[in-house]
Amino acid sequence: QHPVGEVTRKHMAVRNILPCYIFGGRIKVLSRNPDDYVRETKLDIQRVPRNYDPSLHPFEVPREYTRALNATKLERVFAKPFLASLDGHRDGVNCMAKHPKSLSTMLSGSCDGEVVWNLTKRECVRTLQAHEGFVRGMVVRFCGTSFFTVGDDKTIKQWKMETPSYGEEEEPLNTILGKSVFTSIDHHQKEGVFVTCGQQVDIWDEQRSSPIRSFSWGVDSFSCVRFNPVETELLASCASDRSIVLYDMREATPLKKVIMNMRSNTLCWNPMEAYNFTCSNEDYNLYTYDMRYLDKPFTVHMDHVSAVLDVDYSPTGKEFVSASFDKTIRIFPKDSGHSREVYHTKRMQHVISIKWSSDNKYILSASDEMNIRLWKANAAEKLGLLAPREKAAVNYSQKLKEKFQHHPQIRRISRHRHLPKSIYGQSKELRVMKEARRRKERNVRKHSKPGSMPVVTEKEKHVVTVVN
Amino acid sequence: MAASSETMLKKPHVGKKRKPPTRYWEGTEEEGKNDGKKQKEGDNNEQTPQQNNTRTKKGGKRGGKRGGAGKKVISGKSDPFPGSAPVPEEKLNKFKRGVKGELPPRPQYKLRDVVIRSEAASDLAQKQNARYDLMLPEDAGFLEGDEDEDTCTISQDDIVDAVDITAGAKYFSLTLSQFGPYRLDYSKTGRHLLLGGRRGHVTCLDWQSKQLMCEMNVMETVNDVKWLHSEALFAVAQKKWLYIYDNKGIELHCIRKFNDVLRMQFLPYHFLLATASATGFLQYLDVSVGKEVVAICTKAGRLDVMAHNPHNAIIHLGHSNGTVTLWTPNQREPLVKMLCHQGGVRSVAVDKTGTYMVTSGMDKKLKVYDIRAYRPLQSYFLPAGASCLSLSQRGLLSAATGDIVQVYRDVWGIPVTKPYMAHRAKGSVWGVHFCPFEDVLGVGHGEGFTSMVVPGAGEPNFDGLDANPYRSAKQRQEWEVKALLEKIQPELIGLDPSQLSQVDHSTWEQRHVDRVQVLGFDPLAKEKFTPRLKTKGRSSSGKVEKRKKQVAHEDQRDVIRQTVEDRMKIDKERKEKEKKKAAAAGQKSALDRFRK
Repeated sequence: QHPVGEVTRKHMAVRNILPCYIFGGRIKVLSRNPDDYVRETKLDIQRVPRNYDPSLHPFEVPREYTRALNATKLERVFAKPFLASLDGHRDGVNCMAKHPKSLSTMLSGSCDGEVVWNLTKRECVRTLQAHEGFVRGMVVRFCGTSFFTVGDDKTIKQWKMETPSYGEEEEPLNTILGKSVFTSIDHHQKEGVFVTCGQQVDIWDEQRSSPIRSFSWGVDSFSCVRFNPVETELLASCASDRSIVLYDMREATPLKKVIMNMRSNTLCWNPMEAYNFTCSNEDYNLYTYDMRYLDKPFTVHMDHVSAVLDVDYSPTGKEFVSASFDKTIRIFPKDSGHSREVYHTKRMQHVISIKWSSDNKYILSASDEMNIRLWKANAAEKLGLLAPREKAAVNYSQKLKEKFQHHPQIRRISRHRHLPKSIYGQSKELRVMKEARRRKERNVRKHSKPGSMPVVTEKEKHVVTVVN
Repeated sequence: MAASSETMLKKPHVGKKRKPPTRYWEGTEEEGKNDGKKQKEGDNNEQTPQQNNTRTKKGGKRGGKRGGAGKKVISGKSDPFPGSAPVPEEKLNKFKRGVKGELPPRPQYKLRDVVIRSEAASDLAQKQNARYDLMLPEDAGFLEGDEDEDTCTISQDDIVDAVDITAGAKYFSLTLSQFGPYRLDYSKTGRHLLLGGRRGHVTCLDWQSKQLMCEMNVMETVNDVKWLHSEALFAVAQKKWLYIYDNKGIELHCIRKFNDVLRMQFLPYHFLLATASATGFLQYLDVSVGKEVVAICTKAGRLDVMAHNPHNAIIHLGHSNGTVTLWTPNQREPLVKMLCHQGGVRSVAVDKTGTYMVTSGMDKKLKVYDIRAYRPLQSYFLPAGASCLSLSQRGLLSAATGDIVQVYRDVWGIPVTKPYMAHRAKGSVWGVHFCPFEDVLGVGHGEGFTSMVVPGAGEPNFDGLDANPYRSAKQRQEWEVKALLEKIQPELIGLDPSQLSQVDHSTWEQRHVDRVQVLGFDPLAKEKFTPRLKTKGRSSSGKVEKRKKQVAHEDQRDVIRQTVEDRMKIDKERKEKEKKKAAAAGQKSALDRFRK
């Protein structure tokens, strides 16, 4: 037998492993050494032994559901997307440009001049009087050392990004006098070539004062032109005859165009799947097209209750943001027909221009009432550095929300958004109108000869024709 | 390969030309050798060839990533154990959750991708869990006798002599002869013990260190005692009302809505205290907000037999007519009513996994049921009948018969004939309770309390985030906040707790039928056609009937037309086929002309 009186802890540990023998039989009783389970000093972290046996963790699903519900509620609680308002313009802000190299720099052009902003400090760095009248478009050169502006005074100006030193005049590097008003400008991704539009689409070499190529296709004006970010020789433009025209810079004539029911205001290429582009339309919708199949858009994005004025893709190409005349901003997943998020404030008026920052975290909106607003792209996201455990917790709750997203209670909470009364009413009205139209069409079809009223899908409805 | 390198090592390699590394085009013969060697090693390690096969397959898959290093390393030796180590099948099964469904068809490629990814993730989790399970620090206790010796004859004193001093100290008795008999409860972590004497003595203590937390006499009959979610609060069912005390013995609440409570059960994940009263009421108290959730009149008389299913939080009540009823707070009627015994039911216990229910009755029988299928598994006859039952975490059953406590092992497997252990208490037993995470059975009896050592009763490895016996005050606070945040709502209590994660397969029709039942009318029902009143004799009954006929069965017309067309088509095809067959088979004989 063992000397019971002199058992030390060490002995106990040994005995814990080796079963003791009695009467030829064997016995072992649970006897834990507290040293294995309690931290040694206060400076250590607590020991947390785990056992993942499912029978020790009952109610796995209801508990996860509760966590998901809590996470969804907290997400709505923490959804405070508005970060800052950059005020200082003395007229409505008409256009903005992202800096390709610096995240903190942003350019904005107003109806009377233009400003360069520093976003981290939320202050204006530099102001210059670029044009007389509206600044219609601006773009930063791919190298980030200079930028181009076009204005109502029929000029294209190139400016240095650097602030002129003390005593130096604020002078453009280059000024080109055009024949007509320019409405938009975009720069090539790699070469010293840029494109403007107005009466026609002009392609310019930076070194020359006359366009190297001009495209027109029987229309009098264009509102927007954009280079494809991947196939860099391709262009797309929105024309006032309700068409979207595609060009190849190397060819003499445009490629093809699609004519829609209403005019498109702007378009934006998807930076990741660069054969897709989204255009913002006057008929309150946005349309995502595949460049190769223009006969119908592959998604119609609805939700706005007034004309959509601008659109910009996130750098991941998964989502885009749109600015509308109805004083709201909406964020759409690229393949969803409805928005996942809507931003509005009491004071924000018609949103004219919108940009998604290159780090995929922020959204900038420029609106009529002389302000630029900075929003979070993900309304409930915590800004700043996250500790690894925080990050893990965020990921975990994200996954839970995804898992239980279709449960009615969770869906109701996660979908809930407060809307201004006018927009709420308008969207309801639109819904009623749409339903009425659909009902009428159904009835007409029912009472007409079978086959004489073909079913036209929502996607096909808005395209008039494709011209090659 | 290995052999060649060994021979090379033996030779002096100074001044010798090194053998050039083998190339893949020369390697066919060598590889054959390799395989043979590997096979041999596999035999040495007692691996089944099938396992080996799967492993080599996996190795092949990973080969691309490791750049063909799976077979040969730089030193020239081959890896005797290529690929990751295999995980035992039974460990994998332990962590299996649900069954894998079929993949969605290819056209739904996005959904298919999501399903494939999530299944891969859960497979990985399952495998990692199984691997981790192999490394758990503690092993369960056990007691084995000789071939000719029954373990039930081994007395507690012998066990205490054989085991180490800390384990031995777990066998002790408290002589409390004045206010007994005692009912008891262990806290969720198994650290704290709560004793309630019939004549009003209530005490709680840290039973391992024998540190007394409070002791008092409530000067009233005590029917039952129960710890709430932590060791800071406990509930005492006294003569008239239900009282909540803290661990200093200070009366926090007297809940007058709960009267004549006889038995209590605490549902730790729901923060619900379920009480069964002498007036036949089953009541639920939400202890996190202090509100009564529901009071159900069971209409079954005095309720003094109660258990809860730890797997799905369903309350089992035993009745004097031999039935056991299952209750949730969401339904006024019992979910299930089982006739278990000829006489009244004396005690009920449900095991941790929610699979088995053990009942004992006045007919001196002990029965084991599978409560997933409501099927009796075993029936034992105990000469004295069992008054109290308790199931341990590892499935040991303790049954108190008079003043003897018997512990059985595997009552739901092959029929047992002899108890695993037995112990005679000093007085008649009033309550038995296994201590969680310890090999200890607490017995409350007329003369006080006895804590006996039952090897193999408790779960050896606890989960620190769920119930940690060694937690500090800070950790307890953290846990309390977390647990309160993920408190499960009482509405979610049901027979199958995992139902929430399953796809709702009930068809649209079924849902529609339910909706119609709830609303009392069919919201999608077609409006009956009422012909418009027309003048100048056009609304004569004949005309109305005619107009009604025009629209009658409008929705079915297409279907009917289609089916008629289909039938005609099939008929036509059949006839044509017959004709062809006749033409092909029948070499026209001269006698055919006489055939009708």
